[in-house]
Amino acid sequence: MAEIHLNKVSKSYGDVAVLHDIDWHIRDGEFVVIVGPSGCGKSTLLRMIAGLEKITQGEASIGNRVVNDLEPAERDIAMVFQNYALYPHMSVYNNMAYGLKIKGVPKDEIERRVNRTAEILEIGDYLKRSPRQLSGGQRQRVAMGRAIVREPSVFLFDEPLSNLDAKLRVQMRLEIKKLQERLGITSVYVTHDQVEAMTLGHRLMVLNGGHVEQLGTPIELYERPATAFVAGFIGSPSMNFLDAKISEDGKEVEFPGGNTLSLAQDFSKHANRPVNVGMRPEHLHVDDSNAEKTSHTVDVVEHLGADTLVHGTFGNGGSDLTVRLSGIRTIGQGEVLPLSIDPKNMHLFDPDDGRRLEA
Amino acid sequence: MLKRVHFEPSFLPFLLVAPQIIITVVFFIWPASQALYQSLLVEDAFGLSSEFVWFDNFIELFGDEHYLGAFQRTIFFSFSVAFLSMAFALTLAAMADRVIKGATTYRTFLIWPYAVAPVVSGALWVFMFDPTLGIFTYTLGVLGYEWNHKLNGGEAMFLVIIASAWKQVAYNFLFFLAAMQSIPKSLIEAAAIDGAGPTRRFFSIIFPLISPTTFFLMVINVVFAFFETFGIVHAVTQGGPAKATEILVYKVFNDGFIGLDLGGSAAQSVILMLIVISLTVIQFRYVEKKVDY
Repeated sequence: MAEIHLNKVSKSYGDVAVLHDIDWHIRDGEFVVIVGPSGCGKSTLLRMIAGLEKITQGEASIGNRVVNDLEPAERDIAMVFQNYALYPHMSVYNNMAYGLKIKGVPKDEIERRVNRTAEILEIGDYLKRSPRQLSGGQRQRVAMGRAIVREPSVFLFDEPLSNLDAKLRVQMRLEIKKLQERLGITSVYVTHDQVEAMTLGHRLMVLNGGHVEQLGTPIELYERPATAFVAGFIGSPSMNFLDAKISEDGKEVEFPGGNTLSLAQDFSKHANRPVNVGMRPEHLHVDDSNAEKTSHTVDVVEHLGADTLVHGTFGNGGSDLTVRLSGIRTIGQGEVLPLSIDPKNMHLFDPDDGRRLEA
Repeated sequence: MLKRVHFEPSFLPFLLVAPQIIITVVFFIWPASQALYQSLLVEDAFGLSSEFVWFDNFIELFGDEHYLGAFQRTIFFSFSVAFLSMAFALTLAAMADRVIKGATTYRTFLIWPYAVAPVVSGALWVFMFDPTLGIFTYTLGVLGYEWNHKLNGGEAMFLVIIASAWKQVAYNFLFFLAAMQSIPKSLIEAAAIDGAGPTRRFFSIIFPLISPTTFFLMVINVVFAFFETFGIVHAVTQGGPAKATEILVYKVFNDGFIGLDLGGSAAQSVILMLIVISLTVIQFRYVEKKVDY
């Protein structure tokens, strides 16, 4: 077990910089997730921790040992790959025993450890099979078994669930979480799937274009996204963004077309400033009372069973807006719904750099 | 439902395949059948008449210690060539697989020897090892070793093996490199994380995974050494000294065109034909069984 320190870690290929000054302190036993769209550099960052990519600048340390110049084998890590990377010519048993054999662990000890790990992962019956005879989910377990059996101080996961079907993915996600809690080994998990990120991670790093957008717990990211990118990335369906302007007195936002919504705090220092207003689909409610509200002209309705997604246009301005209503609602096209939102659920972002605006 | 298409009978398709069929018939079927027929004949010393003798030529061959000696020599020669060229190619491929800068140039240079004709390859080595003029002979002389493959049968054999193997290295290299590059990179990375160094990775992961290619090349190289090394032997040693490098293909030529024993020579080529057929069958039967990732 170990903590991981990243100190101004950067990566560039020739002149092309792909990661910029990443700072992060991952605590001992913590499960952290690096999340971002494809091409944001998240896998590269993981591979730098693993030692599969050179660190161009900065310093990475695992358990108080600077690992910049250490071979992957010397870093005391284990990695689970997206395509599992099981050795096709070896049985499941030998796949799991390979690392231990290299370390020179005695034979009976190897057998004991492999069998115990196989028991934890419920793959005891397949130990003699070759990887080709296993299903996707079983291969995934073997890949994890190979990592666990070595009892490393850090686990690295590189999109381990993306090759599984949706149902299996949910099941394995839960198992990974339970396993990590049980073993208490520091884990770094890379994914492009925000649901995986939110459910698995104690803390998340949202990466975009090689820059850290935000670091924080899933709740922090959801409730106080630091940038419009994070706000749009976390949550499904994603947040609605509407162009607006802060009023003269700083107490309202004014939308083009004349609608206004009041703000929770006094934004007078940003008076008259154009802003990007973010509202999550699940925070918008249909409200027939006399409370302050705005209208929503319905275009398309999607029924998910538990929820109903209502796509349409907002107010008189005509911007697209999605509303998520709980339960099954019968709403016709062209209908106009009165909507309201709790002012504290409105997020304001700078339209130019996407930063969150504070009162 | 698919409509069954009927073509009007036409000469065009026959015309289009004709060149290939003519080439096959003239250069393969016809000579092969001639060899088969000739192998059952014995010609008199002046070439004026021939007699049908059934399998006497074959029976005689298998009682001939010169022929059996050539057989052994060929097996030794073929496996030495196959082993040497493959071992060398494998080493080069393993190194090229790790090269990043200038990889294309490096590979192109390694492929060049394949474009050299066997006779030319033989001629190159003959010059380098010539007992009076050769640069290697000179170097060996300086080091205190007197090289003369024209007198020493072992040295002559060594020289034809080297010359043949050198020519095959490029071909083998190409296949090994392709096989290595088709191994998913993550497997190698997983092994690296598991603690295996480059050498261990090579022997425990890469080598087992390219085994289908190794087997394929083994057959190809043995076939090459059996049948396509005539030019090299002819240029380097002419089968000498004292038949030390007379391999089967060379003996076919020597007995048939120099010794003028057409029946015996034809019988030898029929045996060679059977060998190549069986090697091809092995090739098709087993090479298809691939390791899948």
